[in-house]
Amino acid sequence: MMLSSLTITVALKKLRAKECTATDLVKSCIERIEKVDNTLNAVVHRNFDRALDEAKKIDMKGDYSAPLAGIPYLAKDVYCEKGVPTTACSNVLRDKQYCPPYDSTTTKRLREAGAISLGKSNTDEFTMGASTETSCFGPARNPWDPTRTAGGSSGGSAAGVAADECLFALGTDTGGSIRLPAGFCGCTGLRVTYGRTSRFGVMSMASSLDTIGPLTKTVEDTAHVLKVIAGKDPYDGTSGDVPVPDYAAGLKNNLKGVRIGIPDEYFIEGILPEAEEKVRDGIKVLRELGAELKQISLPHTKYALATYYVLVPCEVSSNLARYDGVRFGHTVSERDDLRNYYEAVRGTGFSPEGKRRIMVGTYALSAGYYDAYYRQAQRVRTLIIRDFDEAFREVDLVAAPISPGVAFTVGSHANDPVAMYLEDAFMDGAVMGGIPAMSVQCGFVKAPDADTRLPVGLQLMGPQWGEEAVLRAGHAYQTATKWHLEKPVL
Amino acid sequence: MSTLTEAQVRHIAKLARLKLSDEEVKKFTTELTSILAYVDMLKEVDTKNVPPTAQVTGLRSILREDTLRRPTDWPTRDELLATSPLPITDHHIETPSAH
Repeated sequence: MMLSSLTITVALKKLRAKECTATDLVKSCIERIEKVDNTLNAVVHRNFDRALDEAKKIDMKGDYSAPLAGIPYLAKDVYCEKGVPTTACSNVLRDKQYCPPYDSTTTKRLREAGAISLGKSNTDEFTMGASTETSCFGPARNPWDPTRTAGGSSGGSAAGVAADECLFALGTDTGGSIRLPAGFCGCTGLRVTYGRTSRFGVMSMASSLDTIGPLTKTVEDTAHVLKVIAGKDPYDGTSGDVPVPDYAAGLKNNLKGVRIGIPDEYFIEGILPEAEEKVRDGIKVLRELGAELKQISLPHTKYALATYYVLVPCEVSSNLARYDGVRFGHTVSERDDLRNYYEAVRGTGFSPEGKRRIMVGTYALSAGYYDAYYRQAQRVRTLIIRDFDEAFREVDLVAAPISPGVAFTVGSHANDPVAMYLEDAFMDGAVMGGIPAMSVQCGFVKAPDADTRLPVGLQLMGPQWGEEAVLRAGHAYQTATKWHLEKPVL
Repeated sequence: MSTLTEAQVRHIAKLARLKLSDEEVKKFTTELTSILAYVDMLKEVDTKNVPPTAQVTGLRSILREDTLRRPTDWPTRDELLATSPLPITDHHIETPSAH
């Protein structure tokens, strides 16, 4: 058996029992990446020498008591690590191979806990997309069928975890970018409560919605990683000063006394019937574990995506203003005039999706349109939050599908940005609410357009700061099912 | 429904400091119009007396102690300047002239 296929929980046991070393784990991941990544394109910057050095240091000490001692991981290409190329999969930063001079709080916390970074995983440019197809390195491929997308934007992280290139990965979820690829690739992906983890040192897309979270092989592993990365950070004023519980200790294998809401608005026409069946089977398992199911309504769900595609481009147009060819990366030779220089640098640097979002945001924030678009979207956001507040008075969790379909073929949405946006239709309710939500594998279906077997994800949402309840339900589900143990053949 | 014109797209691109080719202007005019057509559904929502939400943390004006902090692992001025693609003179970035 490959060591890289281990869960964090099992690997830590083996390390502490001296049955393997951190170097063995890192080498196994490197071998795996070298074997399968030509197919998957999940890893865009390899940091192998440094990873081996760090593993050696840990092995020399022989102390594996730290929470993630010797555990190798991949970080999405937006997490700054001092001296390690970090390029947001954008030509804007790739051209001069941006090497950040400082660490993100999250990668720093992981290093202090003993985890070892193997390198950077593929993402849509500055996390803008649902398929990693806007990456300047080309799309990450789905391990279950490499003609299909891994989902996005954390597609490289999801493919890497599902294909055992690492023991876990870091992603970011602004509008589903952890949960959608986790669902498409068949791994566990958690979007945390906004503010649960620090955003410091992670390249921003939409600062009021961006969240930092893990993709793992099991919910138990998610609990281990979250314990390390959660908590107040003085460098991120929006991180919450809320105590961090011992998430792993809170896991149980039943759901007695837990009330789970099933929202009508997430089981709509247009959803792939076979996938819906798997989600409903998953919900049955939750009931068999002791949960009490209740039909609920989240009436503003259908507006969440439109709200997202106003608010996010507005924040994008502001956040990406810093990539002007002065402080970072990409440049041009015509330097006669500052304004022409800005326009030429940005016009040649950003991908079409980057330009689309910058322009939609610029338009929606411009004089005369601000109230109609931005202000109205912010008000609708309030209504979506109220829907959840209402729901969580009656239930402890909400269960729903991850997306209307399954992993789609690379290139199939190339000429239709709105079709690409619709892939996130079930993602943005939780985003607007700022609440935690997780994807767990709940079965496989045959692709509607080919003879391939593809994973389906079940989404579990909880109230603000309710990660414990979400993890408990996901873990109980994984003790009763075996979907998360299935591996793609590569 | 909002329909954008090519002239509007050129104006937006100018505000956003993006140089676009004529071909891009055509393509984005169609695409941005379809995106705006989609988000136009927000107009049907009655938001009378509904306050806007900018963020969900409930936090307000986070201030820190007014003391000098310079952690040892923070980047130096030269390290920060080194990521610029433009010439550096005397710890300043030489940008093109703003006229």
